Amino acid sequence: MKLLSELHEAGEGKNLSLLLSRIPYTKFLGINVRMAGSLLITELPFHEKLIGNPTLPAIHGGVLGAFLEVTAVLQILHDSSSQRLPKTIDISMDYLRSARPMDVFGRAIVTRQGRRVANVRCEIWQDDVNKPIALSHGHFLLKEDS
Amino acid sequence: MNSLEEDGGMKSPHGQILNLEYIDNEEGLGQVKMPYADILVGDPDTGVPHGGVITTMLDTASGMAVKAKIEEMENMAIATLDLRIDYMQPALPGADLFAQAECYKTTKNVAFVKGVAWQSDINNPIAMSVGTFMIGTMNIPRK
Repeated sequence: MKLLSELHEAGEGKNLSLLLSRIPYTKFLGINVRMAGSLLITELPFHEKLIGNPTLPAIHGGVLGAFLEVTAVLQILHDSSSQRLPKTIDISMDYLRSARPMDVFGRAIVTRQGRRVANVRCEIWQDDVNKPIALSHGHFLLKEDS
Repeated sequence: MNSLEEDGGMKSPHGQILNLEYIDNEEGLGQVKMPYADILVGDPDTGVPHGGVITTMLDTASGMAVKAKIEEMENMAIATLDLRIDYMQPALPGADLFAQAECYKTTKNVAFVKGVAWQSDINNPIAMSVGTFMIGTMNIPRK
């Protein structure tokens, strides 16, 4: 809350890269964000520390889940002027393909934004945008419980 | 994705770097502990761990529960098909995290698992999960 307010006050409210660099866990995973035209694209550059299955090898399913969740939250922040981080109510993830040891990209759509809850769908892919490796849909709380 | 014990377990680089501990138990459950650490923080204003940390723990515990259930099918690899997580309350800053999962049904191809994540009290969970896993997926190095 303070973090986002500070960014807003500094005129950096929409600087999601700066936000990611201030959150320890997203910084640890190495998640970046960039704009492709009007589309928000998240990036998870490959790193050895993301591996869950060294035999295949494949990136850990939990890391992909985290990346989906971060992608959804960033899209909400991009689409709104919220000054607090949305809270995940629930997220449902489909794993389509194992994630190879290469970069992962993500995009999301806020399918419905209500007053209190946003409904968000995400997909993440590697070298082929037409071959998503995982999908998610989730609900996020926008306002503080009262 | 979860993997077999010989390449999952402590050998998962991601689990290792987060100091994810695998807890042995007699009940055939998957149990893990994640010691609280600064890199887990998802909200720097509160120090609360990120939801992705909970996802990693529940995915891992669920995979372990499936493997415990299909123990007789040695060398059988598994893969997460889907995982749904409900967050009941934010985690507390500074406290270690625990997750436990039970595989309550397996068929020839699919395993059904439910899990719970908590800190001080399993009856006051942070999150609960339901997942399905494919049994007998390929677990050989890619070409």
